Amino acid sequence: MITLRNVHKAFGDNVVLDGVNLDVQRGETVALLGPSGVGKSVLLKHINGLITPDKGEVKVDGMSVPHLHRKELAALRQRVGYVFQYGALFDSMTVYDNILLGITDEMCVNDIGYCGARMIECLELVNLAPDIASKYPAELSGGMKKRVGIARAIAGKPTYLLYDEPTSGLDPVNAEIIDSLVGKLQRELGVTSVAVTHDVRGAFNVADRIALLSDGKIRALGTPAELAASDNEAVRGFLERDLEDIVRH
Amino acid sequence: MNSVLIDPRRMVGRVALKSAAHVGGISLFVFELARGLGEWREWYHPALRQARDIGYGSMFIVFITASFAGAVTILQAGYQIAAGVPTYFASGVVVSTIILELGPVLTGLILAGRVGAGYAAELGTMRVTEQIDALESLGRSSVSHVLLPRVLAATLMVPILCIFSNCIAIFAGWVASKGAMDMSNADFVYGARYFFKPFFMWYSLTKSFFFGLTIAIVPCYVGFNTSHGAEGVGRATMTAVMTSSVLILFLNALLARILLPQ
Repeated sequence: MITLRNVHKAFGDNVVLDGVNLDVQRGETVALLGPSGVGKSVLLKHINGLITPDKGEVKVDGMSVPHLHRKELAALRQRVGYVFQYGALFDSMTVYDNILLGITDEMCVNDIGYCGARMIECLELVNLAPDIASKYPAELSGGMKKRVGIARAIAGKPTYLLYDEPTSGLDPVNAEIIDSLVGKLQRELGVTSVAVTHDVRGAFNVADRIALLSDGKIRALGTPAELAASDNEAVRGFLERDLEDIVRH
Repeated sequence: MNSVLIDPRRMVGRVALKSAAHVGGISLFVFELARGLGEWREWYHPALRQARDIGYGSMFIVFITASFAGAVTILQAGYQIAAGVPTYFASGVVVSTIILELGPVLTGLILAGRVGAGYAAELGTMRVTEQIDALESLGRSSVSHVLLPRVLAATLMVPILCIFSNCIAIFAGWVASKGAMDMSNADFVYGARYFFKPFFMWYSLTKSFFFGLTIAIVPCYVGFNTSHGAEGVGRATMTAVMTSSVLILFLNALLARILLPQ
């Protein structure tokens, strides 16, 4: 379970998070929506300790993330996969080596047979052919980089997955595949996911609950149906363009 | 009215605070590097690869720099030696000047530009494209995977390249003396040995060791803490080269003061 209580974060004079409260239950998928630049990625990075809060609590499975020692934090991060917005692949390594870094179990990482099979499995899950394994990131398109980033994040079979714009830059077919993958990981493996996204339709299809971050706080939190029916001004203002389509569908 | 004028007190205060912050930051950085040494399985192979890249990759530029340094030094020494002074003094000047000063300093400055700029640009790019965050989010240590290999490789290779530079410069001095001066081989060797002391080698290697640390740590620190995209990477690269070059010159003077017998 992920718990954020009264989380505050500012960069200089710029207050990004101003008392955020959010709970994510085990096995749940929560989509985090909000205007661009509001701090959704900053909030996401608090969960695996890439950013520490100025004030407040961030807990994963009861452990206070900002207070973990180095080795404890490394152990936690091996259970929490993170999908970066632009892939964040390591330029000097092939796709194979990038995905290999995602296999964090020390017993498995030395087993070449296991690594090869797991790499192929992860590439197929994100609809990529295994023959790209020998390519370098510079030889891939933006969408392919994004999908290899997802493959790397799931290679270690994490308990939690944090997605930063998982479908941005993808064509509708591959976006649908990634949305299905999020649902599949939740149903079959019980993976708990938090997804920052601008894809409102995808969020409504995949998420169990949707949170709207605006002006440093969670302004609305509920199931897709609750948000679609909400009178909350912030919700209606943000979802206005997409809400009609969602209600119609 | 005051807001239009530059307040020197504020400027001094700002510079002082910024400098103090960087001193603190580098101290913590060095502490993290020292702590990461224990994870030798992570940094050992990447460090060897980096050392090979620095060594092979820098040999040509060091060769060129050292050759010209050696040749020009003996020509100038020959020009300055007054009539009646034995010509072997020129080779003595070359050996002393190269080993004590020009070898380590020129090698250090050249490598600050080549290696330091490369490190700052690579690490800066990794930072702004979230590769460092990605490495840490996989539970891997960015210190042992990315920083220590570079720091150790540069610290090891700069003294080795300095030795190479010294040898090439002295050889180039000998070649130049054949063409421009009336100096026999015996005179050259006699002068070189007459003025040489074993202390020169220790002094040269000590200086190049500290220069290597500077070339490794400063660009890695600056690159690792880059922000603001491509502009930030460019600024980081420039800052890394300038800062490490100035520090090399400062350390050169400081080590001369400390190590040379008065």
